[in-house]
Amino acid sequence: MSEPILSVRSLSAKIAAQQVVENVSFDVAATWVTALLGRNGVGKTSTIKGILGLIERRGEVHFNGTRIDKQRTHRIVQRGIGYVPEDREIFSKLTVSENLRLAERDANPRRELVAELFPDLTARAAQLAGTLSGGQQQMVSLARALLNNNKLLLVDEPTKGLAPIVVSEVAAALAEAASIVPVLLVEQNLQVVRRLATDVIVIAGGRVVHIGNATEFLDDQEMVKNFLGVSTNKTASSSPPAVTP
Amino acid sequence: MSTIVLLLITGLGLGALYFLIASGLSLIYGLMGVLNFAHGSFLTLGAYAGWELARRLGADNWGTFIASLVLGAIVGAVFAAATEFFLIRKLYERHIEQVLVTVGLALASVALFDGIWGVDPIYVAGPAWLGGTTEILGASVPNNRFILILAAVLILLAIVAFLKYTRFGLIIRAGVENRSMVTALGIDVRRAFTVVFAIGGAAAGFGGVLSASYYGFVSPAIGGSLLIFAFIVTVIGGLGSLAGAAIASALVAVLQQFANFYLGGTGDFVVVLLLAVVLLVRPRGLLGSAVA
Repeated sequence: MSEPILSVRSLSAKIAAQQVVENVSFDVAATWVTALLGRNGVGKTSTIKGILGLIERRGEVHFNGTRIDKQRTHRIVQRGIGYVPEDREIFSKLTVSENLRLAERDANPRRELVAELFPDLTARAAQLAGTLSGGQQQMVSLARALLNNNKLLLVDEPTKGLAPIVVSEVAAALAEAASIVPVLLVEQNLQVVRRLATDVIVIAGGRVVHIGNATEFLDDQEMVKNFLGVSTNKTASSSPPAVTP
Repeated sequence: MSTIVLLLITGLGLGALYFLIASGLSLIYGLMGVLNFAHGSFLTLGAYAGWELARRLGADNWGTFIASLVLGAIVGAVFAAATEFFLIRKLYERHIEQVLVTVGLALASVALFDGIWGVDPIYVAGPAWLGGTTEILGASVPNNRFILILAAVLILLAIVAFLKYTRFGLIIRAGVENRSMVTALGIDVRRAFTVVFAIGGAAAGFGGVLSASYYGFVSPAIGGSLLIFAFIVTVIGGLGSLAGAAIASALVAVLQQFANFYLGGTGDFVVVLLLAVVLLVRPRGLLGSAVA
């Protein structure tokens, strides 16, 4: 791997005094998509939140050559990390336009790119974000991260709870995003992972248990079954339409 | 009819005072989850600052009165911002400590005001028109009620415009909904906290000068006595809701006036009864968000 954009060393994290991530170490490549995989509840989301300082954590996090684990969340984000949280977390009482305006940090936000990727959001600019469908809310969440000239996106379960057709749209948008900025992707839909990811990091019981090539991992049915509790044959049957990176 | 008109307008005037305190309380709770028991002290200090200016410049002209309002607002804003910066900032998410600190500050500041200005009420003067009355439908309504109502409406519009049209307002509205996500967008939400405290303090300090005009005096306990009703108004309106605070302020104060007149001085009791009914029937208040 070339120089990683993100290095996590011995990261441990707690929520309400309970250990949810334990001594996790991994690197994220400076290009394309690295998938962070694991069964439900193993600490994937907590790892992302720990990197951002949204929950109590210990360990070292280096981003783009700088140690960031002592910094406050807004400072970490200002260094160039875009965050697309699980469950979208859009501001439901603000309009779509206000949601996007709030996210703009750069002097020249990439409004044209966002308008091109998500034309529906332009049409719904004045609509309250809470009245959007789940897929549209995910677009808002992705658009917020893409507006700024980030050096890394942390994207947490972007297809969770979405209809298959919307999953395909989100995957296509992520592919487009990944051509601009590297992505650390938490994702349960293994077909989306297969389409997008070059590398995988697998967590089990709060620890990293496998790091490697995404295709090789997904082709190894025994490892997938052991670490993720699903079979690749099963996931193939729910394959979303192919996306072109 | 004239009695009803008088009670109604006097009630709205008192409601305006409640709103000037409750608006800050509501914004502060909505964004930060802080129940600020020191908020009455911002009002009291604003009232004394306004009186100090008026007695030096001559209290009987409009220029001094307006300057007193501005000074009261500035002093309230600075005191509130300093409170947030030096005392509250280290205690976010530590609610018991917040209550202890703000109650302590309220008690200490009243003692300080006692020491500086004495425990007795200081009677204040103002422009002659404020001390007069205006005939409306047979009722002689004290003129200062109109100023109070006008001021509260202007403050409400100014806060709404600030929240709707400025970036800080956008951050505050988003922060009320999901503070952690605002931070995750790269925004230092603590600056918004200080701004909200300053806005709340400015409204309270402004209200302090107006309360001196309403009651005709200023005393160290004036903020604390109004704060109790402002808290009731904030809860009835819905914690965190500015519109709820405005509606509840008018409702509570008018009810209080009518109960005092028609039900043998039971205004305070009726207000507490209303609070109990709201808490039982609609715990989130008139316009508050449902608790997740």
